[in-house]
Amino acid sequence: MTALRVEDVHGGYGGTDILNGVSLAVDPGEVVVVIGPNGAGKSTLMRAIFGLIGVHRGRITVDGRNIAGLRPDQVSGLGLGYVPQDDNTFAGMTVGENLEMGAFLRPEHTARRMAAVFDLFPRLAERSHQRVGTMSGGERQMVALGRALMTEPKLLLLDEPTAGLAPDLAAETFERIRAVNSQGVGILMVEQNARQALAIADRGVVMVMGRDRHTDTGPALLADPEVASLFLGG
Amino acid sequence: MDWAGLAGYGAFFLTMAGIYAVLALGLNVQWGFTGQFNIGIAGFFAVGAYASAIATTAPGGAHLGGFDLPVWVGLAAAMAASAVIAAAVGLLTVTLRADYLAIATIGIAEILRLVLKNEAWLTNGVRGIAGIPRPLAEMAGDHPAAILLVVLAAVAVVYLALERGRRSPWGRVLRAIRDNEPAARAAGKNVLRFRLQAFVLGSAIMGLGGALYAHTVGFISPEAFGPELVTFLVWVMLIAGGSGNNRGAVLGALAIWLVWSGTEILTGRLPPDMVTRAGAVRVLLIGVLVQVILRWRPAGLLPERSPRRDDDA
Amino acid sequence: MADILQLLVYGVVLGSILTLGAIGVSLIYGILRFAHFAHGDMMTVGAYAALVAVAAAGLPVYAALPLAMAAAAAVAVAIDRIVYRPLRRTSPMILLISSFGMALVLRSAVQLVWGPANRVYVPGIRVPYQVADVRIGVDHLVIVAGAVVLVIALHLFLRRTRTGKAMRAMADNAELARISGVDTERVVLWTWVIGGALAAAAGVFLALDTRLHPTVGWHMLLPVFAAAILGGIGKPYGAIAGGLTIGVAQELSTAVIAPVYKPAVAFAVIVVVLIVRPRGLLGGRG
Repeated sequence: MTALRVEDVHGGYGGTDILNGVSLAVDPGEVVVVIGPNGAGKSTLMRAIFGLIGVHRGRITVDGRNIAGLRPDQVSGLGLGYVPQDDNTFAGMTVGENLEMGAFLRPEHTARRMAAVFDLFPRLAERSHQRVGTMSGGERQMVALGRALMTEPKLLLLDEPTAGLAPDLAAETFERIRAVNSQGVGILMVEQNARQALAIADRGVVMVMGRDRHTDTGPALLADPEVASLFLGG
Repeated sequence: MDWAGLAGYGAFFLTMAGIYAVLALGLNVQWGFTGQFNIGIAGFFAVGAYASAIATTAPGGAHLGGFDLPVWVGLAAAMAASAVIAAAVGLLTVTLRADYLAIATIGIAEILRLVLKNEAWLTNGVRGIAGIPRPLAEMAGDHPAAILLVVLAAVAVVYLALERGRRSPWGRVLRAIRDNEPAARAAGKNVLRFRLQAFVLGSAIMGLGGALYAHTVGFISPEAFGPELVTFLVWVMLIAGGSGNNRGAVLGALAIWLVWSGTEILTGRLPPDMVTRAGAVRVLLIGVLVQVILRWRPAGLLPERSPRRDDDA
Repeated sequence: MADILQLLVYGVVLGSILTLGAIGVSLIYGILRFAHFAHGDMMTVGAYAALVAVAAAGLPVYAALPLAMAAAAAVAVAIDRIVYRPLRRTSPMILLISSFGMALVLRSAVQLVWGPANRVYVPGIRVPYQVADVRIGVDHLVIVAGAVVLVIALHLFLRRTRTGKAMRAMADNAELARISGVDTERVVLWTWVIGGALAAAAGVFLALDTRLHPTVGWHMLLPVFAAAILGGIGKPYGAIAGGLTIGVAQELSTAVIAPVYKPAVAFAVIVVVLIVRPRGLLGGRG
């Protein structure tokens, strides 16, 4: 069980901050969904948590330990998984090699974890020798999620996991995410499909201009007329 | 050393520094203004030197010409020859990313070197071309001040012209291409044409530098100067002075030429059995110096004034 | 016909040497994203390191080879730690300028220690084998066999070992590799070890084929990069095809043009490839 706390974080690329004091929390086993307009800093927040961009102020803690300033490979070692929105597979490598890379820090668990991922995505088992670059968008998304699950993370960061997917595939993806969560894995997810995402969320965070504007339970946000008009397509 | 000797050495020192300033200004058009990575400086330098030598030497040599033309015609021919070659290779290569362009220019310089070395009908091959006239010889004879004056005038003209260019809309477009090529393209600028112009202009200025060198020393051959060394020194000068800044290019040339000449005095004190290796020591020192500059003073002595982003292109 | 076959033999020998250099250039580009202009001079350093073992310790060249590879790997790692690493957060062009400077530093260091004269490992001429009308030198066989062994070893390293896979992953998608737990600096270290060691092998083979001289490696920079670009820069497997193609093309060209203009072939290949297929024949990094 892993708890994530983001407290008043400022950060960004070079001199300009994109995050201007954002705070949020993911309790063990929770699903938290971040919504907000383009440019609000949602993806940047994910990257900041994973040590891919600089944090100039504030704290990011995992079970009380400050991880701001750690390198991505160190954050990965703490039991966090991360699926970026784009470029989230090793396109020149096979499905099997992608999953192997997912278990890079725990090679001794590779076989067991790979079986678990193939349970979740039987499609990948048939194609473990195929090069990922030659697969469809939906299949690549499965590989991306599968790779992140190989470390047996306690907390999973997902950046728009359904972006670019057809509606039925998107629904299937949410199903899978819920299944992963049911095994006790906490989820922090950025989503454009706000309505569907909030439906499976314990809590939602509305992010605007690099800050958390509004935090509430998923159903409460869905019912909020202001949120609905701004982010749920009326 | 007597006073006349000292003055003579001073004049030669300034002449060489001035020639390098011309080369550094040429590179500044390409790298400083436009972000083009040219490692073939020595090639354009050599083309200029040979073009002017062929144009101005007396007839009857083993090489093409000479045509016994006035020195100023030789300088113009040098710029024209370098410009033509730069235009030809530029048409093929200006589309390349900076690091690929760098590799391509190594190839250009290497091929030019091979041509100068092997096409004896044109260049007299490895024996080189001697008897290259001094400028203003009818007035000043062999006086070292004459060539110094011509070189300083060339530095001044090139500097003033480039300063004008830098402040003009043309210069702004070049910087826009360097800093953000997609944005420049989106603004409707013909990026390739501007890049080609910058490459040709910079190379023509390098050709002028080569011609001034030929008229200073009076003799050129393919082996007379180390091509990578010339290229490297010009790069060190521009970086040390501050790329993008014309004053920086001139200051860098002066400063690095001072350091380079200083290392000669230093290596002059080496034990006799080491003398043949003195050149290596000097290059080694300059090579270390450039690492120091890149690490601790990457913007140079006179950084470009408008804020400049890293060139990732 | 025999002439063409003879040129093919020379081409394969040159291609083997270029391949070893181009693999390093390609790996370094794939991992560190900059064109390493000191790579030719790394080859020179390796060639002279072997000379020390041959001349001072009296070892045969093939026994000196592993020592030279180790020495060049150490030099490459040291240069990275002292010079390149602090510059890594700036732009790739700064690293390119820096490596151009390192090229001259290495060359002048070699010249300082061993002087500017031509050298050979073992004086004398060895009679080549005569197969039909084609002459094949003993050294040629050593070079090609050595390159094949090294390429196979590299292949096994990249496919079978954890570090090799991490290296491929990082060349494929550096950020995702880091997210997956790959320690960048460790991979970078291995990249220099392999790049340096293969450059040394290329340098020793080159010196075996021709002679030792402080500029011997610098003059290979153009064809080595041509090979890497042809194979798709960033792709070590492409470098093998690229190296052999450039090597054979350069040697075959001497049937048509004056041999002194051989380097023009590499230049022409670079320009044509970059215009026609900007990502290389096998599709490298853009």
